[in-house]
Formats: sequence, C-alpha cells, structure tokens
Amino acid sequence: MSDFIILMKSELVVTTIIFLLLFVKIGKGMRNEKLLPLIQVLLLINVLFSFVFNKEGSLFDGMFSTTSLIAFQKSILSLAVYLISLLCSVWLKRSEHLPEFFMLMLSALLGMFFMISSGNLLIFYLSLELSTIPVAAMANFDLQKRASSEGAMKMILSSAFSSGILLFGISLIYGTTGTILFSEIPGQLDGSPIQILAFVFLFTAFAFKLSVVPFHLWTADVYEGAPIATTSFLSVVSKGAVAFIFITALYKVFQPLEETWYLMLVILSIATMVIGNLFALRQKNIKRFLAFSSIAQVGFILVGISAGNEIGISSVVFFILVYVFSNLAAFGVADVISAASGKESIDDYKGLYKTNPFLSWIMTLALFSLAGIPPTAGFFGKLFLISAGAAKANYIYIIIVALNMIVSLYYYLIVVRAIFIDKNEQPIDKIAISKTVKLALIICGAGIILLGLLSWIYEHIQSLTV
Amino acid sequence: MNLLLIILAPLLTALAVLVCRNKEQVKWTALAGSLAQLILAFLLYFAFRHEKESGEPAQMLFQQDYALFKNPNIHFHIGVDGISVAMILLTAFVVIAGVLVSWNIEKMTKEFYFLLILLALGAYGFFISLDLFVLFFFLEISVIPKYLLIGVWGSGKKEYSANKLALMLMGGSALILVGILGLYFSSGGSFNILQLANTNIPGSTQNYIFPLLFAGFGVFTALFPLHTWVPDGHSSAPTAGSMFLAGISMKLGGYGCLRVAAYLLPEGMKEYANIIIVLSAIAILYGAFATMMQKDLKYINAYSSISHVGFSILGIAMLTQTAVTGAVMQMISHGLMTALFFAVIGMIYDRTHTRMVAEMGGLMRMLPFISTVFFIVGLCSLGLPGLSGFVAEMTVFMGSWENTGAFYKIATIAAAMSIVVTAVYILRAIGQTVMGPVKKESFLSLPDAKWNEKLAAIILLAGILAIGVAPGWLNDLLRPETEQFMHKILGVK
Repeated sequence: MSDFIILMKSELVVTTIIFLLLFVKIGKGMRNEKLLPLIQVLLLINVLFSFVFNKEGSLFDGMFSTTSLIAFQKSILSLAVYLISLLCSVWLKRSEHLPEFFMLMLSALLGMFFMISSGNLLIFYLSLELSTIPVAAMANFDLQKRASSEGAMKMILSSAFSSGILLFGISLIYGTTGTILFSEIPGQLDGSPIQILAFVFLFTAFAFKLSVVPFHLWTADVYEGAPIATTSFLSVVSKGAVAFIFITALYKVFQPLEETWYLMLVILSIATMVIGNLFALRQKNIKRFLAFSSIAQVGFILVGISAGNEIGISSVVFFILVYVFSNLAAFGVADVISAASGKESIDDYKGLYKTNPFLSWIMTLALFSLAGIPPTAGFFGKLFLISAGAAKANYIYIIIVALNMIVSLYYYLIVVRAIFIDKNEQPIDKIAISKTVKLALIICGAGIILLGLLSWIYEHIQSLTV
Repeated sequence: MNLLLIILAPLLTALAVLVCRNKEQVKWTALAGSLAQLILAFLLYFAFRHEKESGEPAQMLFQQDYALFKNPNIHFHIGVDGISVAMILLTAFVVIAGVLVSWNIEKMTKEFYFLLILLALGAYGFFISLDLFVLFFFLEISVIPKYLLIGVWGSGKKEYSANKLALMLMGGSALILVGILGLYFSSGGSFNILQLANTNIPGSTQNYIFPLLFAGFGVFTALFPLHTWVPDGHSSAPTAGSMFLAGISMKLGGYGCLRVAAYLLPEGMKEYANIIIVLSAIAILYGAFATMMQKDLKYINAYSSISHVGFSILGIAMLTQTAVTGAVMQMISHGLMTALFFAVIGMIYDRTHTRMVAEMGGLMRMLPFISTVFFIVGLCSLGLPGLSGFVAEMTVFMGSWENTGAFYKIATIAAAMSIVVTAVYILRAIGQTVMGPVKKESFLSLPDAKWNEKLAAIILLAGILAIGVAPGWLNDLLRPETEQFMHKILGVK
C-alpha cells in the first residue's frame, strides 16, 4: 500500500487536483480572479512535490514502473504546465470555463504520466488516448472562433486515425511475440517482415503525435486555431511526453531492430527539419510560424534519439527541458500580445521594441534559444543533440543537420528583424503586463540563459540516465 | 595574472551598461570599461613577457581549467601564448577606439554599447580559450551583436547586409561545428587544443576534417570565394560596427585558421596548402582590382580589407616560419589600420554626409586633423616603411620567398604586384578627398575632430607606429610561437 502511494505519488497529486476542481465546479463555483491563483498554487505544489520522495520500483506486475529519470521527466512536464498557467493568465481569467480547462489539461497530464511510466502496450495505449482526447477538447476552447473548432476536429480525426494504426501495430506485435510486456518483447523479436510491419505501424503512431513529416499535416491548423494556452501545451508538454516514451520504446522494446529504426530516424529527421524549416519561412501568423518551427525542432530531437545510447537519452531530456523554457517564452509573449491587442501576425510585431522592450527581449532570447545561438541554453541543447547523433560517425547526416540550423536562423531572424529593425507607423501599444505573467516570463528568460551555463543541470540529467 | 579578468572586464562592463540610467552614464561606463580592458591587456602583455624572460617553458601560460561537462568532455580551459596576447592587445585597442568614435550615437545608446561590448567579450573569450567547444561558444556569441548592430544602427541596404552577414557567418559556424565534432570523435573524445595537438589523427581523416574547419573560419576571415558578406556588411554597419567587424571579427577567422585548422591538422594543411595559396593570391589581386572600381569610401576599405586579409592567409599557407609570423603581424597591423580607416571615414561622413569620393575635395583646409590621419592610414595601407603595413607585408613576402619552387615564387610575385594597385586606389581616393578644390560651399564651415575622435585616432595610430617603427617587440612575442607551430606542422611526416 505504501509502495502504491509513493510510486504513484505524481499521478495521485494530479488526480487530487482534478477532483478538487470538480468539486469547485459542481459546488457554488468561484470567481476566476480567485480560482486562478488557487490553481496556480496547486500546480506549484505539484511541481515542488515531484522533486521529493522519489523512489524507484514497479507496480502491477511491471505494468507501471518509475525510475528517477521518469520522475525527472514528470517534473519537467509539471513545470511546463505550471508555467503555462502563469503565462496565459490573462486569457484564462477571461475564460468562462476555467475549471474545465484545467481539468482537461490535468487529465491529459495524468495520461502522460501514465504513458511515460507504462510497462506494457495496453497501459501505453490507454494513457496515450487519455493524453490526447482532452487536448482536442482544449483546442476547441475559443468557442466563438470557427478556426478553433476546425482545429479540434482535425486533431480528433487525425489522432483517431493514428490510434487505429497504433492498435493494429500492437495487435501484430502481440500476435507474433505473444506478449505485451515491454520487458518480454525484445526477446521475442526476430526481425521477420510482419514484425517490421508492426514496428512501422507503431513508429507511425509516434510520428503522428510528434508531428514528424510526413505525418505533420494536422499541426499547423490546430496550432493556429487553438487558444495559445492549448497550443503551448500541445507543442511543449505533449511533444515532450511522447518523445520520452518514444525513447523508451526504441531503446528498450525495439532494441533488436536498431538498424531499422536508425535508418528511419535519419530519413525522417532530415525530412522533418527540411520541411519544417521551409514552411516556417513562409508563415505570416506567429502561431503558425511557431508551429512549423516546432516541427523543425522535432527533427532535431530525432537526431538525438538516433544516437541509441545514454547520451541520446540525456541530450533529448535536456533539450526538452530547454525547449520548455524557450518555446513557452515565445508563446507567452505571443499570448500577451494577442490577449491585449488581438494581433497575431508577424507584421504586427514591427516596431515592437519601441513600445514594449521587455517583451521584445524575452521574445528575442526565446527565438535565439530556439535557433541555438549562444549564450542561450538552446545552443547547448542543440549541440548535445548533434554530438550525440555524431557519435555514429555519419558525417553527411550531421552536415545536413548543421546546415538546417542556418535555415532556421534565417526565419527566426525575420521575427527579430520585425521587432528591432523594421519601422511601423502604428506599432502595438504599450502593454501593461500583469505581475504573474511578468514573473513567468522572467523565469523563462532566466532559464534560457542559465540552463546551459550551469553545467551541473546537464550533469544531473546524465547521472539519471546511467 | 588571472586570465579570467580578461573576460570578466567586458562582461561586467556590459552588465554595468545595462543598469545605467541615462546616455552620459552609459558612455562613461563603456569608456571606463574599455579603458580597464586596455590596461588589463597591457598588464597581460608585461606579465607574459616577464614569465617568458624568466624561462617559463610552458607553451600556454596562465592556464586555468574547470570541468564543465563530462560527456561530451568539455572544459572551460583558458590560457595564452604570444599570438593570443598580441590578438588581445589588438582587440583592446580597437574596442576603446570604437567606444570613443561612437560618442555621439543618439539612437538607443544603451543597447548600442551593450552589443558592442558583447561583441568584444566574444572576441576576448575566443582568443584565450584552449577548448574547442568554448572557442566555438565565444565565436558564436559575436554573431548576433553584429546582426543587430548593422540592422538597427546601420545605413543603406542594412537589412539585406545584416541578414547576409548573419547567415554566412552562421554557415561558417556550421562547418566549424562539424569539423570540431569530427576532431572530437576521431581523437577519442577531446576538445582540448593542447591534447589534440599531441594526438596523431590519421592523414585521411585530417584530409576531410581540414577543409570543413578552414572553410568555416575562412568565412569569418573573408577567404575568397567566401568573402561576399564583407563589402555589404562593412559598408552598411555603423562606424564602430565596421571597426569591430574588420578590426576584430575578421581576425577571429584568421586566428582560427591558424590555431585550429592548421595547428591541429598539419597533414590536412600540407595537403591543401597549394589550393589555399591560389585562393589567397586571387583574393589579394581580386580585392585590389575590385577596390579600384569603388566610389564609396567604405566600399573601398571593405574591398581592400579582402585584399589585405589575403596576405595573412597566404602567409599561413606558405608554411615557413617567417611567413606565418608575417601572417599574424598582418592580422594585427590590418586590424589596427582598418579600424582607423573606418573611424576616419565615419568622422568624414558625420560631417559631409556623403561617402562618395567624387563629391568631396579639399577637406585638408577644414579638417586638418582628420585629413592628416586619413593620409597616414592610407600610406600604411599601401605599405609605406615606418608604418605597420610595411613590416607585416614585407615579412610575409620574405617568408614566402623562402619556399623554393616556381609555384610559390609566382604566387608571391602576383601578391606583391597588388601593392602597386593598392597605391593607385589609395592615392587616388585620398587625393580626391583631401586635396583639390572644395566641391561644396557647405563644406567650408565643417568643424574638425572633437576630443573623443582625436583620442580614438591617436590610440590606433600609436599602435600602428609601435609596430611600424619598432617591430622588434611584436616579433619577439610571435617568433617562439610560430617556431613551435612550424615544428609541429613540419615535424609530422
């Protein structure tokens, strides 16, 4: 019993918060001004709690397991959710259905917790669904906007499609190996065509969730239509969680098929980077722009995953930690501007520095971190990913990756240029930023600068992966 | 001497600039900071000489080593040899002059000085790092300040130039990154320059890592045909930006070619030396002839920079001790000279509001100080004895001539011919601007240099004269290092 509580404590905390919110909702209800700070405090407790009382072990015959690495991954996800609740507080306060929004978001988070802890394909499938369906509802939260409903619809259809493929893959795996336990599958894999086919199906499902090219088509529309709180959740938390379990699946479960998936990763990561970058070049809307840039970032994550060793794991975990701060900072600024002025086009950002220097600097830091320019943490993140990928001495691949960094710098500079250099007759007015949002932006900015320079953080992650 | 001071000084200056309240505070903080950097650079020079004279055998002095990451194996490892000391002195001279000539910047003063000092920080860090990763980190730090300096404070087609510069330099960095990762993995996991120098990397491996590194640093130092960012970048940048770009940033590339590409990959260097000689000879001649066609003073100096920097690449590729010494001297000399050139052009432009040679004339009457400096720096550029340009170029030629073989002789002669062309364009440009009749009425009332401009010019002139009149000290500083360098390159057969 005590093992149950300790090992599942992250899940239990999140479940408790969900029930608290449910009671608030069916009870008398609270005004948003009071409720939101309460939720933020609860989420902060969730973050802090995730760092303590961590124990390794497994439950239910290995269906659920946790290690210190998994606990750290859960901390990253909790932290991201907490930051989102701070960053988007202006929009959230206006929302008519605040408790529901958080209930959905936390349910999805709960699903992700179970997903990265899962030890067999059944739990994995169930938790993947739990982490996807609430997000589709969240995407629909701008109730007046048609684009929001359209995005939600696209998301639900594409995720249903990918679930179908996933289930087909799982059934083939079960059929050929006779087991769904992660620990038993590797011994039964012999590389027969039907197993390769099953593996390709599973891989495809992951690719859908990570929006790897050519399975990325839903991403831009959903990101653009959904409210920014949802978009940032999708692009940071969902991606992060799926990347974590993807590593476990490849490294532990499908380890015998390493040659197959290395080749797939190389091809798909190049395609993802190139397509993501080329489409990002043409975007006019900041949300679509960030959507395509995050597709390109996934390409980089795949480079790290292709390493196939502990360095690969630690570099990906570190990159996602950095990515949380950088991407949330970018989305946070976009949300502040969109909430205050309703403007979401890159052209509207022209001359922003004149009126809003603070927002401009945070945005610039975030974009440079995404582009991988020192001294931001993104530089270290990208470098570790690339050096992990380079360990296989596939230099042509590494050169292509490095060249993609140039293309990505080009489009990040488009936004920087709009902010600092381009002139605008009617720049966005000076925006009064609330204290919570400012705090969150400062946290993100500090994270972007310090995460790389404080080398013990990466060392700590490495010590977890051994 | 604690080397950390060399990077702490600019870092603290940059932070102090950020908390300043008004423009005056910003300017004086930046000036005080750059003065401190200059003093530190001198202290470093004297401490270095003292150590060397007392018979310190180590190749790199004042080393400090802090482990940053275990895997990949990254250390914050710093140390200096004679070449780095010379480069740090150059940087300190250019920084203080750059701060002084930007005294009247009105637009976003705080941001301007912050970025300027950040750029300097990148350069200082680059010159003292002994770990390839740290070196790369500092190299990259300086890319974004350049972009913003040109984009925000520049003139002309500044957006285009800023973009082109940032992307080309980033492209260079990408090649360097792949190159240093190649070094890292083929040496069994080390970024340490001293360790890598003692590791035997197979010749075939060197042959494919070397071009990546040399081309990567070549972008920074405007190696033909990777020079195309130079004319646009330099001409669009604000005065101090051009000074930093040509005076410091291009030297990062030259230093990298020498310290990283050539020093760590001697087999590769020997393999590709002839190609590099041809390319640098082309750069020297092409730069000189292209300058002849220019009508804008900044373009004149930008193209002539391509030609002058070609000499330092030529010197490195000639692979004799004298030539390599000359190459480093040329980097220092050209850094000082071109910074002063851009400073003077900026001063003239501030007054006449034109940079077109044809629109100016007779400036000597109104601007005696500026015109005199312009004249001196022009003479330095065309290699008049007594000034630094002569010393450096002469050393390169002498070193190149030591090579027997018709190929080397022809390349040397071709490069030497460019001096005639240089004389033509320099004398023509100076003659038309400084002498002759005054072209516009409004020019008659132009004021001469102010105190800050005079000070900036005098500081840089002092550097030029110190090398030109008494090159011994620089030679003593560089010789032992280049000797060691040649020993390493030619020793491995």
